Amino acid sequence: MAEMNYLQAITSAMDDELNRDENVFVFGEDVGAKGGVFRATDFLFDKHGERRVIDAPLAESGIVGVAIGAAMYGLRPIAEIQFADFILPAVNQIISEAAKIRYRSNNDWNCPITIRAPFGGGVNGALYHSQSMEAIFSNQPGLKIVIPSSPYDAKGLLKAAIRDNDPVLFFEHKRAYRLISEEVPDEDYVIPIGEAKVKHTGTDLTVITYGLCVYQTLQVIKKLEAEGISVHLLDLITVYPLDKKTIIEAVKETGKVLLITEDNLEGSIISEVSAIIAENCLFELDAPVRRLAGLDVPAMPYAPPLEKEFMVTEEKIEDAIRKLAEF
Amino acid sequence: MAQKEILMPQLGESVTEGTINHWLVKEGDYINEYDPLADVMTDKVNAEIPSSYSGTIKEIIVSEGETVKVGSLLAYIETEETENDNEDSENNVVENEEIKNNQNVDNEVRMAGRYSPAVLRLSEEHKINLQEVTGTGLGGRITRKDILALVESNQQKLDEVKTISKEVNQEKVPVKETKEESYSNITLNETDVEIPVTQLRKTIANKMVQSKQEIPHAWMTVEVDVTDLVNYRNRVKEEFKESEGVNLTYFAFFVKVIANALKKFPELNSMWAGDKIIQKQNVNLSIAVANDDQLFVPVIRSADEMSIKGIAVKINELAEKARRNRLTQDDVSGGTFTINNTGTFGSISSMGIINHPQAAILQIESIVKRPVIINEMFAARDIVNLSLSLDHRILDGLVCGRFLAYIKERLESINEQTTNLF
Repeated sequence: MAEMNYLQAITSAMDDELNRDENVFVFGEDVGAKGGVFRATDFLFDKHGERRVIDAPLAESGIVGVAIGAAMYGLRPIAEIQFADFILPAVNQIISEAAKIRYRSNNDWNCPITIRAPFGGGVNGALYHSQSMEAIFSNQPGLKIVIPSSPYDAKGLLKAAIRDNDPVLFFEHKRAYRLISEEVPDEDYVIPIGEAKVKHTGTDLTVITYGLCVYQTLQVIKKLEAEGISVHLLDLITVYPLDKKTIIEAVKETGKVLLITEDNLEGSIISEVSAIIAENCLFELDAPVRRLAGLDVPAMPYAPPLEKEFMVTEEKIEDAIRKLAEF
Repeated sequence: MAQKEILMPQLGESVTEGTINHWLVKEGDYINEYDPLADVMTDKVNAEIPSSYSGTIKEIIVSEGETVKVGSLLAYIETEETENDNEDSENNVVENEEIKNNQNVDNEVRMAGRYSPAVLRLSEEHKINLQEVTGTGLGGRITRKDILALVESNQQKLDEVKTISKEVNQEKVPVKETKEESYSNITLNETDVEIPVTQLRKTIANKMVQSKQEIPHAWMTVEVDVTDLVNYRNRVKEEFKESEGVNLTYFAFFVKVIANALKKFPELNSMWAGDKIIQKQNVNLSIAVANDDQLFVPVIRSADEMSIKGIAVKINELAEKARRNRLTQDDVSGGTFTINNTGTFGSISSMGIINHPQAAILQIESIVKRPVIINEMFAARDIVNLSLSLDHRILDGLVCGRFLAYIKERLESINEQTTNLF
């Protein structure tokens, strides 16, 4: 057991998997000798060598394409996209090939690839270093999308993704990298993909969210608990496909639901969550479903006050929770 | 443009709800201030709601036949006035705040009677009457938590009761509940006609059932010789009609005498209030008036202070209003005792149902010529039966007997010498 931050937990998971399975390899821009722009692959090159931790040319379609080919021949690549914003050149490889190969080949082929991609704002990253990309991939059956909210989950979830026999998109929130630390076991463990997790139980209202917003909501919950506002918090963890059963259960706990995402509001992950609630929980609802999300504007602004305006902040979460609790 | 709300008005002091009979406007209609919006029926009277604004009917919230509480939102109307055309920035701030406040009020009003699916489901499961629940949510909204808390406290009470009932060997009186199902076995032949029950008929029915089920009725009838009264009235009625413009009815005489009797016997001018009996100071006589398919009971206020002429004029006015459906809430509220002029349709004996929550109702039957023995000789006399229905919780036979004896004596002594019309 050691205290680790979110980033160290991810490195530790890759290290463990490189040790455990010789088919696992890491492939991406600057992941080798440099150890990654965020130091996610720190020491892995030195420890596991140039045949297991491989620098890729600056071409995302190539990174994913090569990884898919390797995966179909039995390897388990961890492809790193340096910033999720740059995953777009690889969308054809991910959606048309990785997601569909098992279905297209009638189960003859599969594609056990893990694509890691740091995403999210609040880091003064501006347009091309702040976006949330999960919604783009969230109606592609064959894909799984996971977004951990804590170091513990990050480590167990990355291991599960690497061991999964189908493609998994693993989005890591950049701001969480060094912000969140906790005790993480040294022993091997996995967090099952496809299961949402109750992070806090409460009676007044239910917050359903994922990623950094889970951490932010937990901070707000601590504050509001003293005032007698009791919040039930569900971390989706796997944002595609969604864990419908657990979502419905969480809604039934309180009848009031606040959905939060850092992504633009319209067509986001929480839009689908809201549809699940509408379809299944009509007679459980005590208030209209509320959504707190990024503005529907093309990009995260660079100017700090504007970035703050766009971002989901603890103040905004607190305000939304209070309003819903009062309703 | 500003959106205004039309609310269910308070149509009388004790009225808590009203039923929309007919909307006289539809969505999209333009109406002027004071134009009638809807026919509303309360316990006793039909009234029109006038519009407080000029504008376009935006949305009708309450549909016809629906009963809502006083103050409930009935409709939205869009008026032409603008709420914010002041350029002075300071005033703007103030105005904006006012608008905000208004919106808050709007929200609060809208929350009353608006239930979430969760609340409706839980209230149904646990048989909770939402009208009796105090909401702690926004604008007094009843929240899911309010219901859950209530269920829990009810459960606790129930547990307590169970403990007590185990100790006490209680005898349970089976309560027979009337249900709609009991009517379903009425067989319908092809030639039979089904007449839907109107709101007013439903109201009358409910009132009657309430009175008959709640009040233990007892009855008493006296025979009164009103020959002198008949002669007196026949002598002066033409002249009276000419000078006063209204008919001098027998009924006016009866009302006068009964009002005085009630002053003397306040026991009959009272109401049952559970743990107490309330004796009313004012003698306000409800008089039953029927038109073809409706029954009204307008009120003659302080009838004991009025002359026979005054009463005749008032009866005429109320009957006229009833016929034209123009009775106001004021006209029908505050009655303390009811007189029913059953004689007008030839009845000579009847047993009235008390006008809840009053203590008694008196039926004035038909005046008929009868052979009567006076001083060992037959005489043709004008005789009338007065039939009293009394609430036996409040009244006993003795006081009612005295009350009727007093009325009999007073009526029999009415003649030109003893009684002034004016």
